[in-house]
Amino acid sequence: MKKKILLSVCGLLWLSAAAVGAEEAQFDVVIDKGVEKPLPIAVVPFRANDPNMPVDVAAVISGDLERSGRFAPMPPQDMVSRPADFNEIHFDDWRRLSMPHMVIGKVDAAGGGADVEFRLVDVYTTRQLTGYRLNSSPARLRFTAHQIADIIYEQLLGQKGAFATRIAYVTVHKLAADKKQYKLEIADADGYNPQVLLESPQPILSPAWSPDGSRIAYVSFEGHNSAIYVQDISTGRREAVAAGEGINSAPAWSPDGTRLAMTRSAEGNPDIYVLTLADRQFQRVTTEPAIDTEPVWSPDGGRLAFTSDRGGQPQIYEKDLANSQVRRITFNAGGYNVRPRYSPDGNMMAMVHRDDNGDHIAVLNMKSGQYNTVTSGRFDESPSFAPNGSMIIYSTTGTGGTELAAVSVDGRVRQRLASPAGAEVREPAWGPFRK
Amino acid sequence: MLKPMISLVLMFITLFVLAACSSESTKEGNAAVVDKTGLSDEEKNAKAHAVPGSGDLQGNALEGASNPLSRTVVYFDYDSSDVHADDRPVVEAHAAKLAGNHDLIVTLEGHADERGSREYNLALGERRAQAVKKQMVLLGVAADQIRTVSYGEERPADPGHDEAAYSKNRRVEIIYAK
Repeated sequence: MKKKILLSVCGLLWLSAAAVGAEEAQFDVVIDKGVEKPLPIAVVPFRANDPNMPVDVAAVISGDLERSGRFAPMPPQDMVSRPADFNEIHFDDWRRLSMPHMVIGKVDAAGGGADVEFRLVDVYTTRQLTGYRLNSSPARLRFTAHQIADIIYEQLLGQKGAFATRIAYVTVHKLAADKKQYKLEIADADGYNPQVLLESPQPILSPAWSPDGSRIAYVSFEGHNSAIYVQDISTGRREAVAAGEGINSAPAWSPDGTRLAMTRSAEGNPDIYVLTLADRQFQRVTTEPAIDTEPVWSPDGGRLAFTSDRGGQPQIYEKDLANSQVRRITFNAGGYNVRPRYSPDGNMMAMVHRDDNGDHIAVLNMKSGQYNTVTSGRFDESPSFAPNGSMIIYSTTGTGGTELAAVSVDGRVRQRLASPAGAEVREPAWGPFRK
Repeated sequence: MLKPMISLVLMFITLFVLAACSSESTKEGNAAVVDKTGLSDEEKNAKAHAVPGSGDLQGNALEGASNPLSRTVVYFDYDSSDVHADDRPVVEAHAAKLAGNHDLIVTLEGHADERGSREYNLALGERRAQAVKKQMVLLGVAADQIRTVSYGEERPADPGHDEAAYSKNRRVEIIYAK
């Protein structure tokens, strides 16, 4: 008797936790601009054998595809039929609606788990392009839906999707005239499932995901000076890895996750250092009497790009770690370039570029030397690439405050991450692909 | 000659007044409150408490508004770590105070306006704090009396987004340890 009650209580909690996650989004990702000809697609509501599933899987998939700016999902209310198996599809129904592709699926709940089956079908050739049966559970249904959206995205666009990823960011609430509350949070890329990692009355900056997504490094002023902490996401355990005199900031993980590049000024000047986490040894990388900050590793781990004002105005430089050669990267007109970030394939570099209209996000093609300014706010900063290299998340400050936005690398797709809570949101960092 | 005479006269007048007062009922606000009830303190449930003198004033005299020591913030031009010429006397005044007393410790808090990246502004704030420290050391302050901290753009004095606000945020604050 007791065991039964325990199980049903657990089940209830399980579902309610999942339900809470489903209803509470930190952001609403709103598409401001999509490509000129988004691909039509019909994601038919999945047939669930249990009506109490906490997530509408097809709706999450549609939402992901629509927000990418590259798809135009069909509203379910316009669907004449709702096939769930391949042999239930009447292809004429869909050809008549000029739907080139459709997605059908099922959610089979049993014994606490839930298997999700889906098929992506080419309507004109009547052939299945891809299909899977994925092991899941009510608590993981949103994640599974994002994974399916990723598979569909890759199948039709030839590029990996980044829907099943997370972002980190800092929120600031004003409590009183002289009192603010800062929070470091992570959430799904669509704004759902926000989790607070750190709460502090002092500023928090520069969150940085470890390459395997298990830890986050950040700068906290809780000790009344800047200090770098590394925190394990699942356990919440953390330690200060750089807390000496002066500045300790701008942490950046090496691609193998064993080292952190950072800015320290303990020796009298802000310079780039590399900390080996295993033995806690610091290695100094720059020695110029200028400000050297914002280090970031190239994807192959062989170079460090950073911001330096050694030439007067701040520009972006790159140091080859093998031969110690330093070369300047940015030569565009306007003379103020900071905050470099390599694209995941290393071919592009995002940065903050200042011109007469303010600070914007620019993308430099490293091979051709071509610059493309992709945002047009007054103060756009903190660019961070999605792990598939297609979108850049950043913060934008207007008269209403600071909020997050995202733009595709070619500038064609624009999103706003509207925060309903009314807090300032800043310092976004896009997390890696999730296993 | 005149002075002792006046004192004597005043003394007699006081005694006269006191004598006159004592025959009347209790008077508030005068130097003496005289009780004619004939009851003891305990019977009246009155409790007289000694009130010790407050002694000397604790704390420091406030500097007049025109004294540079009353100002504890110095300002900077855009992208610059040179203290405004107008603010040099403020640095000099605090330096003189610190140089005169090695027990005094200050924290110089460096700040920047919001333009530019947060990390670069952290370094800019520190550059400003270090510039003021250097000036003070040149003026005779021991380096171990001065601590520097940078908050970059994180603690604006004015949350506005225009040049008027920015000019108030590009600053170094001089904060004495308690």
